[in-house]
Amino acid sequence: MRILEVSNLSCAFGGLMAVANLDFYVEEKEILGIIGPNGAGKTTVFNLITGFYPPLRGEIIFKGKNIERLKPYEITRLGIARTFQNPRLFKQLTVMDNVRIAMHKVHNVHILDTLLRGSKFLEEEKIQEEKAREILEFFHLYERRDEIAQNLPYGEQRRLEIARAMATNPILLLLDEPAAGMNPYEAKELINLISYIRDKFNITIILIEHHMEVVMEICERIIVLDYGMKIAEGKPEEIRNNPKVIEAYLGREEESVIS
Amino acid sequence: MKRNYLLLILIIIFLVYLGRLARGLNPYFYQILVFWGINSILAMSLNLINGFAGQFSIGHAGFMAVGGYFSSALSVYHGERFISLLNFLPLNIAQIVVFFVFLLLGGLFSAILGLIVGIPTLRLKGDYLAIATLGFGEIVRVTILNLDIVGGPRGFPGIPQRTDLSWVIFWFIICLLVIRNIIFSSHGRAIISIREDEIASETMGINTTFYKVLAFIIGAFFAGIAGGLFAHYLMMLHPSSFTFFRSVEILLMIVLGGMGSITGSILGAFILTVLPEALRGFTYLRLVIYSIILIGIMLLRPQGIMGGKEFSPLIIKKIYARVKENENTRSK
Repeated sequence: MRILEVSNLSCAFGGLMAVANLDFYVEEKEILGIIGPNGAGKTTVFNLITGFYPPLRGEIIFKGKNIERLKPYEITRLGIARTFQNPRLFKQLTVMDNVRIAMHKVHNVHILDTLLRGSKFLEEEKIQEEKAREILEFFHLYERRDEIAQNLPYGEQRRLEIARAMATNPILLLLDEPAAGMNPYEAKELINLISYIRDKFNITIILIEHHMEVVMEICERIIVLDYGMKIAEGKPEEIRNNPKVIEAYLGREEESVIS
Repeated sequence: MKRNYLLLILIIIFLVYLGRLARGLNPYFYQILVFWGINSILAMSLNLINGFAGQFSIGHAGFMAVGGYFSSALSVYHGERFISLLNFLPLNIAQIVVFFVFLLLGGLFSAILGLIVGIPTLRLKGDYLAIATLGFGEIVRVTILNLDIVGGPRGFPGIPQRTDLSWVIFWFIICLLVIRNIIFSSHGRAIISIREDEIASETMGINTTFYKVLAFIIGAFFAGIAGGLFAHYLMMLHPSSFTFFRSVEILLMIVLGGMGSITGSILGAFILTVLPEALRGFTYLRLVIYSIILIGIMLLRPQGIMGGKEFSPLIIKKIYARVKENENTRSK
């Protein structure tokens, strides 16, 4: 089943077409990679899906529902979570609070119950804390729960961001360069983590990444963007040998000039 | 659970009764206590907007004025009528009920205005929001200046004196509890996350517009209540009490006490209420020393005295638990 279907999606900043007539889909439980040179419009695609930019035209259908006009928080509530290229943690808050904030939509007690500290409130707080603990333990961050997020080492900040996204209980997870700034060892760990998350939580993942080892290893299908257009799509090995992709990354030999 | 409520009600009654006992105090000290209480309510409510939600608002005097004038106008023009309507009650109880309702209406009117102002202006960020709220405060002041029914530039005399320390303590506790209970909850964490990173907060499924407006409304409500208490204590209102400088003074309390700290607001309100009085002995040097002390505090603790932390008896308990835990792990 196709969980997300994007058709004819376009987005422009002034005269620049950041995304032009893009079509793609994601199957349930799939890991889809989006790659492309810098400025190809990869992050813009994420911002369009999560509602941060309004598309110029085109449709985004998530689980059979059009979402292109919804607000970001509504889209999250439908089950799309994302991380950012540069971690956007709640820097001054503890690791625990970072995760608990993400559970906001799942556990919401009426404001009057909150004010009166009713039994429902106390119950929900307890459940929330318990679930936050489960998630933190899963991501090996539970020992760090009382630490301020910005004091974590970079790799753990990245992991916390994924943990926080998972706390929103998503069906589809969008990861924007999760391995950026990681050393090969950390990147390797991340690969294991991502495929483990997919199997454990039964979710679909779209991944933007520059580390080719990461993409080639875990993605089942890859689409390649250049200047906002899809130039290739297929299995990792097909992409690796696609001349168009090589051209987009390395440029073309100007044969005509030479001869 | 039930026992907790009972205990809370008993504590409130005790503290309100303490306010009655304080009538025996020197009237000068009594007045300082009343102003400390009112300022604390203002500071706590502004801290919800500025410190917790991170929306830089400097129009708090405007909300205070709205609540103050509205409840005073009700008291002056309709007070007697409502009290005589309640003639089946003893006179002083009827007065209490009517005053409570009028205060509440003043607060609600201010909250409605907060909603109307908040929805368009909270789209703005940082300095722009500050300027918009500043503009709001000035609009309120100039409107009152031109409203003849509340005396305009002559001021608004003849407000019955209803506020005493007990009232201030009562509303202080309500404000403290409401803000504390919101902050330490899922809703409060949503509000704080907006301050930390609005985009991330939206991505976490939080309706940031709703929570910003909610913080603004609650802040406006308590500012309105504080205005009503202020008016019914002084028995006279004047637009010059609600200038931009009043807003800045409230802002100063929370910056000094600590943005994002409820106890910090109370401490900041204490310092800004008591310090000018304590320095009276210095006569003409008073304001100089006052400013130097403020500058000194800000240099030493730029994050404010409490700096986002809270003081509560629970902290001692927590530290104790931490120490014990450490001992346990060490003995293992």
